[in-house]
Amino acid sequence: MARFIARRLVGMVAVLFAVSLIVFLIFNVVPNSNPAQRLAGKNARPFLVKNIEKEWGFNDSLPVQYVTMMKKVFTGELTAYEPRVPVDEEIINGIPATVSLSVGAAAIWLFFGLLLGYLSAIKAGGLLDKLLTAVSVAGISIPVFLIAPVLIYLFTYKIELFPNAGYVPLTENPQAWLSHLILPWITLAILSVGFYSRVLRSNMLDVMSEDYVRTARAKGLGERRVMTRHVLRNSLIPIVTLFGLDFGATIAGTAIITEHIYNINGVGNYAAEAVAKFELPPIIGVTLYGAFFIVFVNAAVDIAYAYLDPRVRLGDTTG
Amino acid sequence: MDFDPQAEAQLSAGIPDPGFPPDPRGVSSEGRGPWFLAYRRFLRNRVAVAFLGVFVLIVIFVLAAPLWAEHVAQSGPNQTHTLEKITVNGKKREVVTPEGEPIGPQWFGAGGKFFLGADSRLGRDEMVRLMYGGRTSLLIGIGSALVTMVVGIVLGLLAGYFRGWIDTVIARTLDVLWSLPVFLVGLALGVSLAIGGLKLGPIELSGGSLWIPVLVITIFTVPYVARPIRGEVLALSEKEFVEAAIAQGASPLRVMFGEILPNLASTIIVFSTLTIANNMLFEAGLSFLGAGVQPPNSSWGTMITVGEELLNTQPLLAIIPGVMILLTVLSLNIVGDGLRDALDPRAKVRLEVHAGMVAPEGEAV
Repeated sequence: MARFIARRLVGMVAVLFAVSLIVFLIFNVVPNSNPAQRLAGKNARPFLVKNIEKEWGFNDSLPVQYVTMMKKVFTGELTAYEPRVPVDEEIINGIPATVSLSVGAAAIWLFFGLLLGYLSAIKAGGLLDKLLTAVSVAGISIPVFLIAPVLIYLFTYKIELFPNAGYVPLTENPQAWLSHLILPWITLAILSVGFYSRVLRSNMLDVMSEDYVRTARAKGLGERRVMTRHVLRNSLIPIVTLFGLDFGATIAGTAIITEHIYNINGVGNYAAEAVAKFELPPIIGVTLYGAFFIVFVNAAVDIAYAYLDPRVRLGDTTG
Repeated sequence: MDFDPQAEAQLSAGIPDPGFPPDPRGVSSEGRGPWFLAYRRFLRNRVAVAFLGVFVLIVIFVLAAPLWAEHVAQSGPNQTHTLEKITVNGKKREVVTPEGEPIGPQWFGAGGKFFLGADSRLGRDEMVRLMYGGRTSLLIGIGSALVTMVVGIVLGLLAGYFRGWIDTVIARTLDVLWSLPVFLVGLALGVSLAIGGLKLGPIELSGGSLWIPVLVITIFTVPYVARPIRGEVLALSEKEFVEAAIAQGASPLRVMFGEILPNLASTIIVFSTLTIANNMLFEAGLSFLGAGVQPPNSSWGTMITVGEELLNTQPLLAIIPGVMILLTVLSLNIVGDGLRDALDPRAKVRLEVHAGMVAPEGEAV
């Protein structure tokens, strides 16, 4: 197990290095205009461009430039230009909101996804099962930017059930925190509920045909016990992987759009605003932060998977 | 894909395939080619056929954009009408009120002008923008899917056929792309290119070029095609027909493109539809945040951004483009599913479109 973890961590560092290299290439080497011009944004004043050129050392050799960029990232010197705010501070400020949004949404989609998947597997072919099939196909096709406006229009403007936009820290006012987050949570979670219920259902149907399930029934265990202790438990293992990957992707992907629509001042909205202003330093920072998060979650998932399913780690050390 | 000989024999012996009801018209399957059988299986899938119809309607809708713009709306997609007045049912009305509120949907009240109202304080015709925006969205979706498929197939063939170091290099590169925060890096690349354009030898793209979103999307969706294709090629190159071709002295290129590629046909067809759907979602996401299609051009993604600001008073401005994206993506996904069932009922490869990105079964981005 220790060897497995060590190997996974080395792989993680390698991927992070590759990501930083790609980000560097995108911003400093992609053959187009002057990189300082790009960093400064769309309509930057000439003296700002001059300053940036000196600050980032665009006349140095490429490896030196790469080191300069990474130094800026690690020492927290990466700053946005208008206004001059350090990127790392903004990211740290945004984390509570992003985490509140993602964790809440993940809890909702896991709970409902697993519940519905379990129910539809028990009664495969039933009405709920058919309904969920349709819902899950629709679910993977609905863009966040359709659900969110519809929800905001209905629940904020029409019946005024939830307040409009913004984020209230949990420590400040738990009730306002909750009411501001309910719609964003639903927006993010609704897509995954159908998907997770389908995955769990098909996993459970696969497991139900395993020999040990027959054995469990043969030794006289009750149906509920067979389902929960034998079938459900083993069907959850693949869900762990899926969930880890999805959770990482949510924070570094769909959450950006959701935060932007609901005006939640998280990391994603910070990135979205930087995009709108064509400002690159915050995007560099957020991309690296997102990469770190995804890679970290993926490694954690692999380790959890190896722990839950001995076949993975045994196969890995012998092979 | 290769058809399971047992199932084929079963079909031609008149024993109904367990997954499909016997053909109601009683046409025998005897002596029919696999493509005909697949075509018939697809036609039997009512839902998929209906959604294929929906997709065709959407394509007709966006193709009709110039006709509608010229003959009905009499306005180009980027033409502003801020200070103009139109006659609605005999009464004069401002396109944009002095407070900056655009006119709502007029349907045919103004002879088809401002059918869906004006888009913002700029007073552009929403219907015309919707049609032209759909063109952009579909063009980027289909264009980038084509490039993704070609690059993905070539990489998958090379890696799966030659193995060795070629495979290692390609597979590792794809692994890295796979573990990137795709959407974030896509945003970064999109913005970076939108500021300066791209100058690469003879290729010169300006910041507003449609090729830029196509390029960005392609780079990040190639792994989702190349990896499954590579897996299939690995399995296929073990087969006797490949061995036979090599023994006959066929060159590697000929084996790859002449022998293996035709066997990938059904996978390629299925992946193409799903990739278009997925790339359209990617494009909408990028454009929604401003890193895709650049103003003044419209795409369904940018139209939602514009419409969102008037959500309280004119909710349709944000919702209609969203519904169009939903319908297109949904119909492509359902058609893709139907094609897979028809071409290879036992197919294991599955693409799941999830929140704007594709992933094969069991992995989401």
